[in-house]
Amino acid sequence: MRREKPATLADYAPLAFPAIMLSVFFVIPFGTMIAVSFFQRQQGGFYTPAFVFDNYERFLSLFFAHVLGFSLMLAVMVAVCCVAIGVPFTYMLTRMSRRAQIAWMVALLSVLSLSEVIIGFAWSTLLSRTAGITNLLVAIGLMEKAVALSPGFPAVLTAMVYQALPYTILVLYPALVRLDPTLTEAARTLGASPLKAFFTVVLPALRTTILATLIMVFIFALGSYLLPQILGRPQHWTLSVLITDQAIYQSNMPFAAAMAVFLVLVTLGMVTLTLFAGRKREAAI
Amino acid sequence: MRKTFNPSISRRTVLGGTAAAIGVLAMPSILRAQDRSLKVGVYGGYFKDSFDKNIFPDFTAASGIAVESIAEPTGEAWLVQLEQAAKAGVAPADVSMMSQVAMLKGQSTDLWAPIDTAKIKNYDNLLERFVNKYPDGRVAGIGAVAWYITLVTNTDTYPEAPDSWAALWDPANADKLGLLALVSNSFLLEVTAKTYMGGTNALDTEEGLNKAFEKLAEVKPNVRLWYRDEAQFEQALKSGEIPMGQYYHDVTGLAAADGHPVRSTFPKEGGIQDSGCWALSRASEKVEEAHVFIDYMSQPEIQSTLSRKVGTAPTLKRELLDLTPEEFASVSSDIEPIIPRYDLYQTKSDWLNQKWTELIVG
Repeated sequence: MRREKPATLADYAPLAFPAIMLSVFFVIPFGTMIAVSFFQRQQGGFYTPAFVFDNYERFLSLFFAHVLGFSLMLAVMVAVCCVAIGVPFTYMLTRMSRRAQIAWMVALLSVLSLSEVIIGFAWSTLLSRTAGITNLLVAIGLMEKAVALSPGFPAVLTAMVYQALPYTILVLYPALVRLDPTLTEAARTLGASPLKAFFTVVLPALRTTILATLIMVFIFALGSYLLPQILGRPQHWTLSVLITDQAIYQSNMPFAAAMAVFLVLVTLGMVTLTLFAGRKREAAI
Repeated sequence: MRKTFNPSISRRTVLGGTAAAIGVLAMPSILRAQDRSLKVGVYGGYFKDSFDKNIFPDFTAASGIAVESIAEPTGEAWLVQLEQAAKAGVAPADVSMMSQVAMLKGQSTDLWAPIDTAKIKNYDNLLERFVNKYPDGRVAGIGAVAWYITLVTNTDTYPEAPDSWAALWDPANADKLGLLALVSNSFLLEVTAKTYMGGTNALDTEEGLNKAFEKLAEVKPNVRLWYRDEAQFEQALKSGEIPMGQYYHDVTGLAAADGHPVRSTFPKEGGIQDSGCWALSRASEKVEEAHVFIDYMSQPEIQSTLSRKVGTAPTLKRELLDLTPEEFASVSSDIEPIIPRYDLYQTKSDWLNQKWTELIVG
């Protein structure tokens, strides 16, 4: 099949529906948000249309820089953990029998059906002192007495990795299934151990996929606001938590919008940088 | 803002509630075949269900006015909707149950129609704090429901009930407390002022507020959980995971009655009393019916029914009510309550919010 460039207006017609949906449900709300971020906040009231930079000014402080830094760091760590677990797991999954693959996929997809609230409460129970997993360790004699593992940073990270891992695997799976098995076979014939073949042949062949997965999980994790609240202490609250506070509890829409716009800009910047770095390395090889 | 008695509610359901409320607005009103009717906004969930079951049918029978109850979203979304509708001359609800901060914000745009106190027979019997007035003395709202936030403990961990809010500061309680996460719903500045600074008037000046923040910072090492979601703390309190904190008196009482090892104590400085008002939108044309409704709701018998059936604290003086001491104790206390400084959350909200967030996050 030859791919032809669309010539007439009618050729573009199939694009109309997605284009309309995208503008109605993404472009317009996002534009409104940008507009609101410049509005004047009326303390003790609502907001009035204006063009002021107050909301951005308030955000530019050491305090919010810390919160933003933490949110980015958390999202990067979630992405790295997910990929570090997801790539070897998916690689082994693709080497399994068809039946086993289906069973694993169904199990993973069922995790996706859980809401963030359920995941948060389940982990807070699992990590609690009174009913948590440390009680099991006490029962088999590995620990002296049960301790609380939540709230804390490890708890937040664990739950967020748990939540993002199915997505990671679903994104990695097609690329790994299509990976030519003769590549590893060739490496093995030439004397590489399975581990060495994985690191020197499989991983480099998947570089683009891994980069794309890292970016996807990073963005996914950046929007999380329930898990840090349920499983973290206040210093583990992400910028998304503070945006929610402003929008819902303080009814300070302009400031919430300004923070959200800032978060989007920083995210786009980081993604661009990552892609740029990836391309540069590719060119260097 | 209180997501009352509905422990499973999440922010998503609040948003869903907003959507539902908008849906209600868009639908033509379906009324029963009475000539007179009134649209009443009530917090969605537990409150609306209880009012629909225990209160509104009797009111219609007594007054001949049909009530169409509307589920309000919590938070300030309802205030925004009322405000925008009033600008267009429409009232999505005639009478609404509004939080105190929302009352003050509505006052700033004259949203509330003044209430003619001569038509409220029990006006003089209302506790003064349940009458919400404009600065010029017009009455903007009359107390609808009230509830207490008290000092709660797990009885297994604390065989003896604490008797003062000072227990929150006790170094012995390190990493044991669950407190509300927002300055505007925890009212801990008021608690600090009442416990250590001689009363909430100490918060009049910025200096006083800074002092309260400083004192409050000492509580931080004791706090295990700053919660927004009520279910999260209630669960942890019952299991003893987090054995002390601030929580709603009525819900804690219900949990204790169910056999959970929890208790609610009115500290000697008083429980925190929060409340909602009945307020009439200036766009409403049902001024007469609204007064009949508010008058009906302010009767001693109805206030007693509310305490028994809905679990709210009465807005009238205690001696007028036929509640038994046990019934009264399950919803209220004779100890003078700590009344939140709602005015501060209107005039200084951004400053307070910023200081507070920096205090607990930093």
